Amino acid sequence: MKRAFPILGVLTAILLSYALYQALVGAPTEQTMGDVQRIFYYHVPSAWTAFILFFVNFGASVFYLTKRRPAADIVALVSAEVGVVFCTVVLVTGPIWARPVWGIWWTWDMRLTSTLVLWLIYVSYLFLRRFSSSGQTPTLAAALAVLGALCVPFVYFSIWFFRTQHPQPVMGGGGSIDPRMLHVLLINWLAFSCFAFLVCWSRYRLESLQREVDQAHALESLLGARGSAR
Amino acid sequence: MLFFSLLVVVVFSFSFDPSAEESRQIAGGLVWVAFLFAAVVALNQTWAREIRNQVLDAYRVSPAPANSLFMAKTLGNFIFVSVLEALMTPLFIAFYRLRALGPAWELMVVAVLGTWALVVNGTFFAAMSLRTRSREIMLPLLLFPISIPAILAMVQATTAILNGEGARFWIVLLATYDLVFTTVCLLLFETVLNAE
Repeated sequence: MKRAFPILGVLTAILLSYALYQALVGAPTEQTMGDVQRIFYYHVPSAWTAFILFFVNFGASVFYLTKRRPAADIVALVSAEVGVVFCTVVLVTGPIWARPVWGIWWTWDMRLTSTLVLWLIYVSYLFLRRFSSSGQTPTLAAALAVLGALCVPFVYFSIWFFRTQHPQPVMGGGGSIDPRMLHVLLINWLAFSCFAFLVCWSRYRLESLQREVDQAHALESLLGARGSAR
Repeated sequence: MLFFSLLVVVVFSFSFDPSAEESRQIAGGLVWVAFLFAAVVALNQTWAREIRNQVLDAYRVSPAPANSLFMAKTLGNFIFVSVLEALMTPLFIAFYRLRALGPAWELMVVAVLGTWALVVNGTFFAAMSLRTRSREIMLPLLLFPISIPAILAMVQATTAILNGEGARFWIVLLATYDLVFTTVCLLLFETVLNAE
């Protein structure tokens, strides 16, 4: 396990640089949008990675609520943290792309709004983790994660109805994608997923070590208090 | 709390000085934002009594099922917030010169479903934020993101009814939301109450 970590790190670095090269040089320039479209190779893979991480968070939370394994709680925490980071990337690159292409920074489109609400839910999740007292945090956070995940389909449906009644002309969805572009997109996604996994892994190790240290401290102070009582 | 929502109404009507036509467009949003703020003030008090004297610990060891405690709290809040809404609605009608173009009884349905959505989630999250530092800030932080679809549905349904358009979809969505979240809150409440 320990040896796998640096290997994965090197692999991720190679993949990321190759993906960067492919996105900036290798991929063909889009006809109407020009070079601006290259942000697509960061925007979409980040979104996919974030959604996967939120899904992992939901699964780990349910697992924690049923089986009460501390490891599941750490996985939930880590995936939410990294997921929020990737979701932020999505929400930042989105407007940067939208402004020159659609002429506006933001529209209350289905996907944009769902992503924003998702981001809000998981930021509030992290807030809850930060501000609740340590012993109860895992349970409370897992309950919130379940509720938050349930909220997502509602958001999607409501916005879908909301916006199909007032159609927006800006979404340039549909159409097919150049196979070379798809290739670059998938490479970028692979690189981003590896990177996310790497970050999650190191964060997981850090968090478990931190918890061990905390437990040792608690035990020490407990023993110390007993010793002085004697 | 009543005075607080009165202030919200008055401040809103100063901020916008709408004609009858405009107010129909915006009133749905204003009404629910005012109710939302008022409800948060009420919900923050839900478990405030239990903090003193460790009443929550007494609940934990009592043989009464946790869900009946939750339902009782929710119903209490629901009645409280409903009374508040009943008092505020005439004011809104007067200040904004509102007249519904659609069937007014549907507004009652929306009010009941919407209030329930806010209150059931609010009571649950109040029980959660009780365990956190700075709990009064924590409740809206948890409640608002999860309630976004419900708030959207309430506001859209109210606006649609005021303008004489169909609100069937939003009412169904709101009812489904209520059903799902009430069920999940009931399933999870015992876990949250006993979280140690």
